[in-house]
Amino acid sequence: MSVLAVLEHAGDTWRPHSLEALTAAQQMGADLGVPVSAAAFTPKAAQLAGSFLDAVYEICHPVLAEYTADGYSAALEALILKLNPRLVVFPHTYQTRDYAPKLATRLGSILLSDVIRHRVENGGLILTRPLFQGKLHGDYRLSGSSVAFVSIQAGAYRSGEIPPGHARAETFVPEIPSTAIRVRPEPPFRETAEGVDLSKAERIIAVGRGIQNREGLSLVEELAHVIGAEVGASRPVCDYGWLPMERQIGSSGQTVAPALYMALGISGAIQHLVGMKGSKIIVAINKDPEAPIFEVADYGIVGDLFEIVPAILEELRKADK
Amino acid sequence: MKVVVAVKQTPSPDSVLTPDESAKWVQEENLSFEMNEPDAYALEAALQLREKQGGEVIAITLGPERAEKVLREALAKGADRAIHAVCPSLDVLDPLQTAQALAEVVRPEAPHLVLTGLQSGDLGFAQTGVILAELLSLPHATIIVGVEPAPGGVRAKRELEGGWYQFLELPLPAVLTVQSGISRLRYATLMGIKKARTKEIRRVHVATPPPTGGPAALVRLYPPDRSTHTQFLEGDPREVAASLVERLRFEARVL
Repeated sequence: MSVLAVLEHAGDTWRPHSLEALTAAQQMGADLGVPVSAAAFTPKAAQLAGSFLDAVYEICHPVLAEYTADGYSAALEALILKLNPRLVVFPHTYQTRDYAPKLATRLGSILLSDVIRHRVENGGLILTRPLFQGKLHGDYRLSGSSVAFVSIQAGAYRSGEIPPGHARAETFVPEIPSTAIRVRPEPPFRETAEGVDLSKAERIIAVGRGIQNREGLSLVEELAHVIGAEVGASRPVCDYGWLPMERQIGSSGQTVAPALYMALGISGAIQHLVGMKGSKIIVAINKDPEAPIFEVADYGIVGDLFEIVPAILEELRKADK
Repeated sequence: MKVVVAVKQTPSPDSVLTPDESAKWVQEENLSFEMNEPDAYALEAALQLREKQGGEVIAITLGPERAEKVLREALAKGADRAIHAVCPSLDVLDPLQTAQALAEVVRPEAPHLVLTGLQSGDLGFAQTGVILAELLSLPHATIIVGVEPAPGGVRAKRELEGGWYQFLELPLPAVLTVQSGISRLRYATLMGIKKARTKEIRRVHVATPPPTGGPAALVRLYPPDRSTHTQFLEGDPREVAASLVERLRFEARVL
């Protein structure tokens, strides 16, 4: 019985959430009293040799040079069949979402995705994940003896130094016929952003679906002008074309951490929260008192932004006089 | 091109949700439902492909009786026909069971392409398309923001994190999970709504699996613990505005 963490890299660096997933795996392993190993598709795996892990595996094969769901799931299937872990832990990234469900299906299991915490109850693992866009949380109990797959939400566990230990490094070379790779990926590229770097803004006013239409934006732009803020948005606002895509904040857009972040009419889906929860002061204005955005807010106002924003503008002008 | 698009009916994004007595689903009274947002974009992508390529768009859903509404909507927007896999409640299904039920519906259709949204707004596992592909032994790609026909298959634009993208070529048949915003959504026209009434919705019944729970069973659904540090400002708009400006200036010192 053991736990296997699968780490994701980008070029020469670990994706930050990888190390958080490793932390989660180590905590789960410690709580269950079982050893933890790690695996990655990069020679960087060897750097974890001598750390507080049982073993580290560099998964290595010519067809794995670039990521494909077919290649990664075939390789991990082989490693899992060899190691027979109880639990396999991933960071909940786009890449994990692309192949881990396939891998789990092949091994007759499922992926419990987007896990935010765990506890041990009667010797079994209880894992918590958000449902209904984060409005509710659900506790899941792992049962059965087959391998279980878990992906860890970004920011849910704090990554720290991995303590020294005796991890041995191994290279694992799976057998993958080249015909197994059915999809042909092209190199990743960055869309030319039109020079909007929200990460440098001191203040950001971000709008969500609650703004209702493009016309609603003029009020927000006025407030942004008065306090010297950039305007950002959650994904739906950009999808609707009310603001350009390069003003999107969240997992598919920019990550920001300004001194002041005002979220207007943003419910706070996790895809948005991961892009802004590092902000110093967060103000949330939303009609729905249960909106997840209030979980990260320093100041919360439950109400209609079309009534509250004009009142704020008036207050700011009054104070200026 | 024959395209199957799997759509789900989920609570409207602005719904206030309360767990029901079983603590495994939400109270449905007074809840409004709509087509899961990314699924609406998957439908749009399917309709656009048919407009370019010809062929057929078949909308399918798995869900209780009320879910028929999203199929009517798909038909009104232009889907040619629809299949409703009737399952009394979805909360008992894990992602594998959901995909298995859909695979039973998709397999006999033998489509060139299966499209679905990347994630549902209720259970949010973000896996149905990927598992479906594996069950049907098809290649797949996820979080797709563009798709065009290519020699022998399709060329899809996949969104990566932090503003990065990648193109992929897939042979057909294949499964794609579609990201919101792939293109502007169309509205159903009056003519479309009229026509939809004459289009076929075939019903198939899905046996609810025994509640063994599978490898990971939902034990309890509950509202998240609120962080204790949020200061809620109360009063009429003028009062809360004054209080907020005061606090941002003198407490947080960010104005």
